Formats: sequence, C-alpha cells, structure tokens
Amino acid sequence: MTGSPLIEVEDLRIDLNHGSSRVAAVEGVSFRIDRGETFGLVGESGCGKSITALALIGLLRPPLSISGGTIRFDGREIQSLSAARQRALRGNRIAMIFQEPMTALNPVSPVGRQIAEMFVLHKGKSWREADQLAVEALASVRVPAPERRVKDYPHQLSGGMRQRVMIAIALACGPDLLIADEPTTALDVTVQAEIIELMRNLCAERGTAVLMISHDLGLVANVCRRVAVMYAGRIVEERGSADIFRAPSHPYTQGLVNSLPRLGSRAALGRTRLTEIAGVVPAITDFPAGCRFNPRCAHATEICRTAAPETTWLGAGGLVRCHHHA
Amino acid sequence: MHEPQNMPGEDRAGKGRPGDDVILSVEDLAVHFPVGGSLLGRGRRLLRAVDGVDLELKRGECLGLVGESGSGKSTVALSLLGLLTPTRGRIVLDGQVVTSGPSGDRKALARIVQMVFQDPYASLNPRQTVRRTLEDPLRVHGVTAASEIEDRVATMLRHVGLRPEQSGRYPHEFSGGQRQRIGIARALILNPKIVICDEPVSALDVSIRAQIINLLLELKETLGLSYIMISHDLGVVEHMSDRVAVMYLGRIVEAGHWREIFERPAHPYTQTLIAAIPDPLRRAPLATTGGDLPNPLNPPSGCAFSPRCRYAEAVCRREPGPSLETRADGHAVRCWRADEIAGQAERGLALTEGGHL
Repeated sequence: MTGSPLIEVEDLRIDLNHGSSRVAAVEGVSFRIDRGETFGLVGESGCGKSITALALIGLLRPPLSISGGTIRFDGREIQSLSAARQRALRGNRIAMIFQEPMTALNPVSPVGRQIAEMFVLHKGKSWREADQLAVEALASVRVPAPERRVKDYPHQLSGGMRQRVMIAIALACGPDLLIADEPTTALDVTVQAEIIELMRNLCAERGTAVLMISHDLGLVANVCRRVAVMYAGRIVEERGSADIFRAPSHPYTQGLVNSLPRLGSRAALGRTRLTEIAGVVPAITDFPAGCRFNPRCAHATEICRTAAPETTWLGAGGLVRCHHHA
Repeated sequence: MHEPQNMPGEDRAGKGRPGDDVILSVEDLAVHFPVGGSLLGRGRRLLRAVDGVDLELKRGECLGLVGESGSGKSTVALSLLGLLTPTRGRIVLDGQVVTSGPSGDRKALARIVQMVFQDPYASLNPRQTVRRTLEDPLRVHGVTAASEIEDRVATMLRHVGLRPEQSGRYPHEFSGGQRQRIGIARALILNPKIVICDEPVSALDVSIRAQIINLLLELKETLGLSYIMISHDLGVVEHMSDRVAVMYLGRIVEAGHWREIFERPAHPYTQTLIAAIPDPLRRAPLATTGGDLPNPLNPPSGCAFSPRCRYAEAVCRREPGPSLETRADGHAVRCWRADEIAGQAERGLALTEGGHL
C-alpha cells in the first residue's frame, strides 16, 4: 500500500498576502498519509498546522493562498480541480471536525437535519431516507435515544454530545480521510477520552485515515502512528510517535517533551525545575532567518542564523531539520 | 431551602483559630443558586453548585483543586474571594471568619486572597498601561506616596521577570506569557497571603507554560505564599501541589497528599481522571466513564458518581450517599466501596504484571 498514499503533500507553501507584500505562513511542508493511517500534526498557535489542514480541503480564503507545492489526494492534484469537484470531495471523501462544536454546528437547525444533509448532498438520498440514516449515524456515535435527539438543536446538547454530532456528520459519507483539528481541546479530560476512543474505534472499523492536529503532543502520540512537529511554518521533525517521545531529535521537540510536567514524573524523579524554552513564538511577519527556532535554541551557532537546515533522514522513515540534531 | 445567611460576629472567637499553620479553613461551604421558576418563586429549583465542602490550606502549601467543568471548583474560588455569598458554611482566612462580616469587607479580603486568572488576554484592561494596572490596587488600599507606589511597582515587575521600563506599555504590546506575568504581578502587588491560580497556564502556548509554572513555584518560596491551584491538567497539578482535593458535582470526593492521590487514588472518579490522561508512550485506549457529568439540577440519588462508575452496585444508589471518610493517614475518600475497590485494583495490577512476564 506504500506505493499509493491517500494524501501526499509536497513542498507546500501558503502565503499571507497583505497589500502588495507576501509572507510565507507555511513553507516547504511535505508529508504523506497512507490509507487507514493515523498521522498527527503538532505545534503551537501560529505554526501553520490549521491552515495546512484547510489547504488540504481547499478551504483557504484570502488573505491566505497556496503559492507553491502540490497536494495530491488519491493521485489527483486538488488545486487543479474545479470548485464544484472540490466541493464534491469535501464532506464526502475528506471530512473535518473542528475544535469548538458549538460554532461549527448550525445553531438554527436540528442536529438530525445537519447529519441528513450529508446524505442528500453527497449520496443523492431523499430527505425521508436521509432522516432515517441520520438516526443510525447518531446511534453509531453512541448518542443515547438517537430517534429523539435528532430533533434537538445544538444548544440543547452538552459539549461532548455536540462533538459526537460533529463526528457523525464527518463520518456520515464514509470518508477516506478525517481531519480532526483540536477535536477535544474544549472538552474535559473524561469527555476527551470518550471522544478520542469513539474516533479511534470508528475510524479503525471503517479504515478511515486520520490527520489529527493538536498542540498536545502527548495526546497525538497516544492516538497517531506518526507525528510531525511544526514550528513557525515548517516541519522540524517527523517520527514514529513512540520515537518522538523517547528520543526527540530536534531541540524544539526536546523542549516540548521536557518542558511539561508529565503524570508520574514527580513521583519517579522528585520535583525538578521544568526545562524552559526561552523566548516567545515568533509572529508570522517576523520569522527569523536561517533556522526559525535559532533565537530560542540553546545549541544555535552561526550557521543556524544564516542557513535553513536541510532534511536529515533518521531511521524508520523519520526526519529532522536541524544543523545540530541529536 | 437554605437562605443566604450572615453568621453572627461573635462566632469570630469560636473555633475559627485552628492550628497556627493553617491559613485558610473552609467548613461545610455551600453555594446554591435558585434557577427558573415564576416571579413568586413557584417551580423554582435549586442548583447546588457547591454543597458541603471542607478544605484546609496550610501556610506555604499548594493545594490542587481538580475536577471537571461544573464540579464547583471555580464557585469555591469565587466564595473565597468574597465575590459570591455562600448559602451556608464558614470560611476562616488567616484567623478571621470572613463569612460573618458585612460585604464591605471585600477590601480586607483582597489584602489576603488574590487570584490569577486563566486568560491573560481577557483579564487585563486593554486601555490601561501595566503601571496603571499595578498602581490602582495600591491606591485603593491607601498607598498614596508616589515614590512608594513606584518602588512597589518596579519591585513587583522584577519579581515576575519583567523590566520596570516596560511599565508604560499596554497589554497588547506583550506576548501571552508576559501578559500572564502581568496578571501575576497584579495579584501579588498587595502582598496577599493566598493566591488562587485558576488554570494559570492553560491559555498559554505550550512552550511558554514551563516558564510560568517555574515562576509561580519560585514566587511561592521567595514570598512565602500559599496557593490554591485549580486546573484540569493533572500533570501540572501533580507537579505543583502538596495536597490535592478532587471535586465532583459540588462535593469533594477525595483529598490527600499528592503522592497518595496520584499513586494510590482510592475513589473511582479519581482513578478515571488519571486513567483518562493519554499516555504518549503507549497507544492504549483511554479510560472512559460512559456519559457526561450529570445535570446538577437533577443529581443522581446516592453517590453522585454512581451512574458513571464501573464499580457501582445497588448500595451506591441508596440515599444518603457516602460521606467523606478520613483515614488515619489523612487520605479522605467519599465512596462506600473504596476498600473493596483498592483490593480489586491491587489484584488486577498483580495479574497484568504477571501477564507481561
């Protein structure tokens, strides 16, 4: 199956246009996701992970635009498709769930209708058939009493229930790829666990590939087989998820892994001062030259300030972009 | 049912002075909100946001308060700050019964308890310079000499890792982490004894969180502060807390030394919370509880956790629910079957460990 990836992103560049000036919000981003695979994109706010996802489903709007590279879905280049063809792909073969289910759902439409719409738009069902399928879809995401719940409006549901509805909508047409952008950030940990397990099980059953986007490296490593870490618009490291936690190679990844108190570490090692990553996340308009992490990096030397690091291949398909990688 | 009440002042001399090392004690705190109903109160229901909470904070200690949204942690915090009038119960702050005084005592209270808020983007006034934000509390509390104000503002800025020269700037000129430092400086400018940290890092970029956690722990030592640390991030709570209290639906279900809570959690809810944290080194399923937090207007009978608890039996659904039992080692648990469950868990652990060998 490695011969034909489901989605292949090559050298993607996304510009932020402001008047006549352009700055690259995302640059040189490449990755591939195989059918049924789980892949995570991790980074802080502003690193470009969410706009990369929007580019995949053709939803970038001005002032953002794709200015370089290719995105191939199932062998076809997405940018070359007409708006109508892109629309037919969205929701049908590529689906997306968002962080805040309250704003992503239509507040004036019953949730059952919002699910049924998918079957009408993409599968040519009648509304009567679609309404029935919506009940089944709601049952599949384990919403209790689905035949009554379809009539509820989003505000009548709890945050966890709303996110279940989002998943029901996303998976309604049996997509090949589910993009989940911070799907549980707005939820409590126990509800997060429910939603993650639901997503994991449904996608595994149906062979749906998952692109999970999050700031939470621990969560992504738990859910995904491979993880790419983004910093300031570039992928700085891509590894198998266990490797990235056991032996992070890029100083930024090392910082992320070591800077957060992990459950059990105090009991094992005592309370040690957390390793700080100095400085702040740079603004898009202010990305430093050379390696973009260099002003915050303890290992930075002259070359880091002048030249962007090339890709270094590590074992097991991993890669890192750092002049002084571990 | 319970009317908001002010306890008589003579209570002040009563048992309001426990051991001198206790800086805050909360006894049987309850905050109920009337919800809905007609103008005359017919059909009105009572939301018991906090219902019988006992807490004790020692000098120099950090008490972690954890629980899901809706568990009542923030309501407890607002009561301690005097921003909510408790329905019943007593709060003794530094030897003074604060629940008995007139509401005008907010000022006195503010000199003892302060709060660091979650979102440093929403909790700073965008039209005020940092200097103004830090000066105002001093003026309100009677510091008038310009030189003293300037000194205290400069000292506090240095304490939180900012430069006094930056005091003329506005919040938008600072990054998220720096803004949270300003929020911390504002909380500390009156030299309070207790600081309530309500999710102090969850709105910050991941790479910035360690800076703020380290800063809070340093300030606690250098300024001799006591903290109540409210967070849903158990990793952060474990790192910072000396003792931990776990809340569920307005009540404390487990409390004890941090090591006890994290290594030998006794309440099924605490066990679930800990097991729900994704382990980055294992792609294992997360523990689930089956369902959301119940509606606090219509709480389950018996133990409030019983509908989500995998150990629940008929006895757990019977009224009255379990009470918080404190064991000899100070570990308190509100569960009928805690001992049985501990036994089962140990056997289970022995089995899985055996299975791996």
